[in-house]
Amino acid sequence: MRTYDRRLFAQASKVAREGRRAVGERMSTSIEEIEEMARKCRVEIIKMVYRAQAGHPGGSLSEIDLISALYATRMRIRPDEPKWADRDRFILSKGHASPGMYAVLAEMGFISHEDLKSYRVLGGVCQGHVDSKWCPGVDFSAGSLGMGLSFGMGCAIAARLDKSERRAFVMIGDGEMQEGSVWEAAMAAAHHELGNLKVILDRNRIQNDDFCEEQMRMFDIPAKWRSFGWNVKEIDGHNMTEVMEGLDFLEAEENSNGPSILIAHTIKGGGISYMENNPSFHGAAPNDEQFKQAMIELGEVEA
Amino acid sequence: MTRMAATRDGYGQALLELADNPKVVVLEADLGKSTKSLHFRKAYPDRTVSCGIGEQNMLLVGAGLASAGYIPFASTFAIFTERAFEQMRNGVARPNLPVHLCGSHGGTHTGTDGSSAQSIEDLAIFRTLPNVVVMHPCDDVSTRVLTMQLPALGQPSYMRTARNKTPVLYDGREDEIQIGKGIVLKEGTDVAIIACGVLVSEALKAAETLSGKGVNACVVDMHTLKPLDGALIDRLVAQCGAVVTAEDHNIIGGLGGAVAEHLVSNQPAPLERVGVPDRFGESGQADEMLEVMQLSAPHIAAAAEKAIQRK
Repeated sequence: MRTYDRRLFAQASKVAREGRRAVGERMSTSIEEIEEMARKCRVEIIKMVYRAQAGHPGGSLSEIDLISALYATRMRIRPDEPKWADRDRFILSKGHASPGMYAVLAEMGFISHEDLKSYRVLGGVCQGHVDSKWCPGVDFSAGSLGMGLSFGMGCAIAARLDKSERRAFVMIGDGEMQEGSVWEAAMAAAHHELGNLKVILDRNRIQNDDFCEEQMRMFDIPAKWRSFGWNVKEIDGHNMTEVMEGLDFLEAEENSNGPSILIAHTIKGGGISYMENNPSFHGAAPNDEQFKQAMIELGEVEA
Repeated sequence: MTRMAATRDGYGQALLELADNPKVVVLEADLGKSTKSLHFRKAYPDRTVSCGIGEQNMLLVGAGLASAGYIPFASTFAIFTERAFEQMRNGVARPNLPVHLCGSHGGTHTGTDGSSAQSIEDLAIFRTLPNVVVMHPCDDVSTRVLTMQLPALGQPSYMRTARNKTPVLYDGREDEIQIGKGIVLKEGTDVAIIACGVLVSEALKAAETLSGKGVNACVVDMHTLKPLDGALIDRLVAQCGAVVTAEDHNIIGGLGGAVAEHLVSNQPAPLERVGVPDRFGESGQADEMLEVMQLSAPHIAAAAEKAIQRK
């Protein structure tokens, strides 16, 4: 069994370590456990989108290894007290990829697996885009791209004013970086030296209409963030060992001088063969046949 | 001699007075000198966040702070609040986070900067957002008092202030001012003139003119456009039977629109709306702009006579 070397956590703050303990028995630390959590989340993502016959599987699948690892090993949270004032914040700025977050929230115990059936259903806990009014554990009501980083910046400033060591983790998408307000926030967060603001970029290379490269070329993304004054690291967002090293980077004391971004190279639709790198599955549900195939590929049923 | 002051100064004064509340924070977008949040910045730099010239970011930084229990006061020119409309809509109003947005230099009264700076839509667009309280006070005292009431509100707000000085009406009358309650400045029985912001003093002048012609006009300062004081409007309709609205804002969607909406759903009465006649402004002095846009006291008086004729 591959286990994650706990010594690599050493750079994380004392408060963060205590926070992980607060998560309690749900905490997973082995690579295998987190990978299994992500697999289960992938199953739920497909089921949610299949049941609703609508939603965004591609970006949920690309982000899921990252969010699973973040929640399982880093977030200082209390699932039975979702509004705990000193919790770390997680802001899913790419709020359309909500099935991924809902699946993780269910794994962590914020909501039940039964709640996942309410995805896109009238009155449901799981609104189409993550919404703090409806779903416990959701800190930011998303749905409009380019907003989460600014909100996270506000959370980070609030933590500083409170003299709290809580952090704000923000997940953004690569297509989202085309929104100008992302760069307003990027500039402002560096100006204010918000070392408690941690961004994960889900670099899955596909947006709604097509590949990002076709819609709007991004050129040198790491250089862009570096030039805005951010600490930058790139990883393979599906290699769990690299993901954990990337999260170490975000938590590292030496990177607390300012905001940090983890650029995670991912595969849109990652884990389901016919969805991978397929722009059609940015926002489309699988049909009956495709659903069965996905369950086979995820090891839920035998071929 | 009537004291003259700008409403934006009332805003700046209120922020200073609110500083005793440690949850109050101020957000700026490089216009603190103009909106008058600079006094707070000087006294409390640690609780002031410069967002640079980035209004969209500012609104959502405010939302993040509000989600953690802070009470952010963000200000910029009224016209620039509009470019952050969707942030106000999706990031602030929708989750009902108590971020208080102040747009200064609103209306054509802002003057010589010209049409690009003369917001004539702000009251209309923010009025369409659920959860958002919308205000446009007429003097520095009421601006200060209304701003002081915001921390207790628990929901977001938009307040328009003005760049230029207007007559002060509420010295010593602070107790009369309350969010959501229109103030009857002059009782009357023939026509009710409901005004907001810089046109309240023009409405009072119009009432004097009308009085000389034997017309007894009632004048109301409707500093809060949302929630609208419908009970007061109902009383005015019963009492006067004809209504005029007056605002330095497009004729579409502002105070006139709000009052019209109320009238058609309750007790209809003849209504004349004085406002910017659905056109953009130009450079000019504040008083010149009120004339160009047909907003000054004579135009309000003429509208009142027309409304009376329609009874």
